[in-house]
Amino acid sequence: MSAQPANPNTPPDHVAIEINGRETFAPKGSMIIQAADKLGISIPRFCYHEKLPIAANCRMCMVEVEMGGRPMPKPQPACATPVADGMKIFTQSQRALSAQRNVMEFLLINHPLDCPICDQGGECELQDLSMGYGRSVSRFVERKRTIPDEDLGPLVETEMTRCIQCTRCVRVMAEVAGTYELGGMERGERLQIGTYVGKPLMSELSGNVIDVCPVGALTNKAFRFKARAWELLARESIGYHDALGSNLWLHTRRGEVLRTVPRDNEAINECWLSDRDRYSHEGVYAADRAKRPLVKRDGTWHEVDWDEGLRAASEALRRVPRGALGTLVHGATSTEEGTLVAQLVRALGHDAIDHRLRQLDVSDGAAATAFEMPFAEIEKADVVVLVGCQPRRELPLLNVRLRKAVKRGAKVYTVNVLDGDATFPLAGKRIVAPQAFVDALLSLGRAAGAATTGGAFADALAQAGDDEASKTIAAALAGAGSSVVILGEAATTHPQAAWLRAAARHLATATNSAFDEIPLAANAVGLARAGVLPRGEGGDVRAQLCAPRDGYLLYNVDAPADFADGAQAWSALAAAPTVVAFSAYAGSALREVADVILPIGLLPEIDATLTNLDGITQLVRPGTKLPGDARPGWRVLRALGAALALDGFDFVEIAEARARITDVAAAPLRAPVARATIDAADGLVRIATVAIYRTDAVLRRSPALAAHPLNRGARLVLHPQDGLALGIGQGGSARIGEAAFAVELSTEVPAGAAWLEAGYDDTALLPPYGATLTIARS
Amino acid sequence: MKPTGTWNEIRDIDPMALLSEHTREHIEHWIAKFPPDRKRSALIQSLFAAQEQNNGFLTDELIVAVAKYLDLPQVWAFEVASFYSMFETKPVGRNNVAICTNISCWLNGAEDLVRHCEKKLGTKLGESTADGRIYLKREEECLAACCGAPMMVVNGHYHENLDTAKVDEILEKLK
Repeated sequence: MSAQPANPNTPPDHVAIEINGRETFAPKGSMIIQAADKLGISIPRFCYHEKLPIAANCRMCMVEVEMGGRPMPKPQPACATPVADGMKIFTQSQRALSAQRNVMEFLLINHPLDCPICDQGGECELQDLSMGYGRSVSRFVERKRTIPDEDLGPLVETEMTRCIQCTRCVRVMAEVAGTYELGGMERGERLQIGTYVGKPLMSELSGNVIDVCPVGALTNKAFRFKARAWELLARESIGYHDALGSNLWLHTRRGEVLRTVPRDNEAINECWLSDRDRYSHEGVYAADRAKRPLVKRDGTWHEVDWDEGLRAASEALRRVPRGALGTLVHGATSTEEGTLVAQLVRALGHDAIDHRLRQLDVSDGAAATAFEMPFAEIEKADVVVLVGCQPRRELPLLNVRLRKAVKRGAKVYTVNVLDGDATFPLAGKRIVAPQAFVDALLSLGRAAGAATTGGAFADALAQAGDDEASKTIAAALAGAGSSVVILGEAATTHPQAAWLRAAARHLATATNSAFDEIPLAANAVGLARAGVLPRGEGGDVRAQLCAPRDGYLLYNVDAPADFADGAQAWSALAAAPTVVAFSAYAGSALREVADVILPIGLLPEIDATLTNLDGITQLVRPGTKLPGDARPGWRVLRALGAALALDGFDFVEIAEARARITDVAAAPLRAPVARATIDAADGLVRIATVAIYRTDAVLRRSPALAAHPLNRGARLVLHPQDGLALGIGQGGSARIGEAAFAVELSTEVPAGAAWLEAGYDDTALLPPYGATLTIARS
Repeated sequence: MKPTGTWNEIRDIDPMALLSEHTREHIEHWIAKFPPDRKRSALIQSLFAAQEQNNGFLTDELIVAVAKYLDLPQVWAFEVASFYSMFETKPVGRNNVAICTNISCWLNGAEDLVRHCEKKLGTKLGESTADGRIYLKREEECLAACCGAPMMVVNGHYHENLDTAKVDEILEKLK
């Protein structure tokens, strides 16, 4: 084609078009609806969604198109008609409007006209558009079609008679989540959306079908019939159950969060939200929420007022000798609170403060750092190596980016202790038992090149195994234009994490790849930057728990489930004479070990800043009211600092506290030294990843998530070979010490290892990740 | 649609155990016709092979087995199996008798044939005989043999220019 562009100023790879008389340029191959959206000209649509592949099956977006001065014989669907040079489009012409009105009449033929009893009423795309394009009287007098509902699990409610078959939900599950759980069954007038076999949605992103559904067919089960859209206030907030910090809206009524919906942010969560962030708000209203300060006297708990609570806390803290207080802060704590806690305990003469509760090896002094390759860029990478990372469980939206990368042709390799349920084809995988993880990574490192410095790590690298699989991965990384090594939970919480990190970093450096370590908590990067870490030796989380302290200050910590080694943490806390807890919950476990519980607010209730995995700092304003007498943590800390007569607690506004936060330069990583081997001679080595809906106190208290089939309960997963050796079959039962567990046999787990998900009450006190378990049949 | 409720039964299906060697050969024959990353194209023929193996109807287990064998999402196989009227997803008799009732056949007496068959077999259109020998397909659309109307398709074979005697003869032969 050598035709001259209609407009000589047309940018390259663009065409000049005219929509409703307005001239514009649109990229070649783009659709009319995209150009119109850019101009702010609204074309009605149901099936088109900018993040989903085009289906063109609702036919609502009909427009009139003129090419070369001649009108096209029929109206064209704007979502599936590519722009062409010199095209003239009319979205509001008589013909376009009549086509749209006719399609609307067809859509309403089988759709119930009972908006007042529909949960989507008031925020329904069909309702809105029928106001503009529909008739006020229905000419259809025949029987309407009805479709039986399906039970899609505890998160998504169905009312399939309302479905207009736009297939957005089908495309979300297929293209975004990658689980292909919904489909269009039967055909023609009987076409209906469903699973066919009647299964619950198992994806970690299933809630997104609610957002994309233009009608009331798929709605939020937890929110069902609770409120109307116009009763709700939308408050900006962010997710705090993984390090992504997904942007979201809290929909509140009279100070109570009733539901959560995503807030678009292309750099972070696009327009999606993980089920974890969407349904966690239910956990905020758990029955064991701390509403008043609590003080334990002679073994019984008393509700007291704030004066007395603060007095009890300050007395308790004063009792602890200088340097003998351990301070443990949850990684999702806001930077302001973390800084104030550090300031408070340091002013009292203690240095032991740490937020790396889920780590077993902090010997290299590593704290969370921002991604080298930004999160949004991962979808453009050519080669990705996942080390100990199960994206779907750890960071559901990372899986979305990885899928996009793979669709573009990227190669994703994985080296892990568990074979995951990837929703995209892997270019290669290496699944090893935890005891062989370091060796596997060292041979990968060796394949990438020799170490640049000497020492134990260089020696280990030189002696590492030499295998073809490692060479393939290293060569792929080195040869790629854009590549990244992503270090995940199974590596960072491993008992030899320092070695794994060193080897993975070496692999990234030697192959000129970016290194992205997924922070283990929502604000781990922020707390690390603000210096909520021990300054001297012997104050890290491991040291605090191995050598129990006289007293502990717990901030936002749900013991023992929040710790990598629950049993050790529990015995240290139980033995300590003084435990002061700042906590949103006063659960029975905390009541057992604490002496004073000061009720503080959770993230949706307070002013806070959190820094996500990209190093983006996000400011959050309170979205809902605090329960009872609970106060924002920063206010409690200010009052406690004042009660202890410490310097620097004389501020009134949070802005003043915020202004004092200074970034602390990250300490250089210490090279790993002597490597302790995991002795797996007489037993199986535990793999302990935290179950997807059990990662923090709020999630553990959310009823909808607790009922989800992904929340599978404590169970022991063994390789079939090990099951055979132990004489335990599928569905059998096994004993570890006193506790009995249901056994599942799966090749997801390598031989020589036993996978027991952490985060459940039944697994909280078991030996940690990397410990050798003695398993017996029961 | 009302789900079949077989989710738990179909979770751990082994396609090699469920699909016979003959069926798998047929599937492989069709896979070979398409590029390696276009196995979806072989889905219809694979489902046909599985249906034939199971005497004329598909079970959820077989549909899943085919999907697993082709390494496709299960829901794609369910979509195809429920879309085409040539796939039976409920148990039916082993001989599939479909009398065309579209316009040309109808004008040439298809309705009489249907009534005759119903009477003879003692079963209604859309049902199978009690002995499981014959399934009278509910409603067959035009099968593109109007020149030989009225016509019917028996187990995939066309029979044209029918009258009641011919139909009787054909039905007698079905075992």
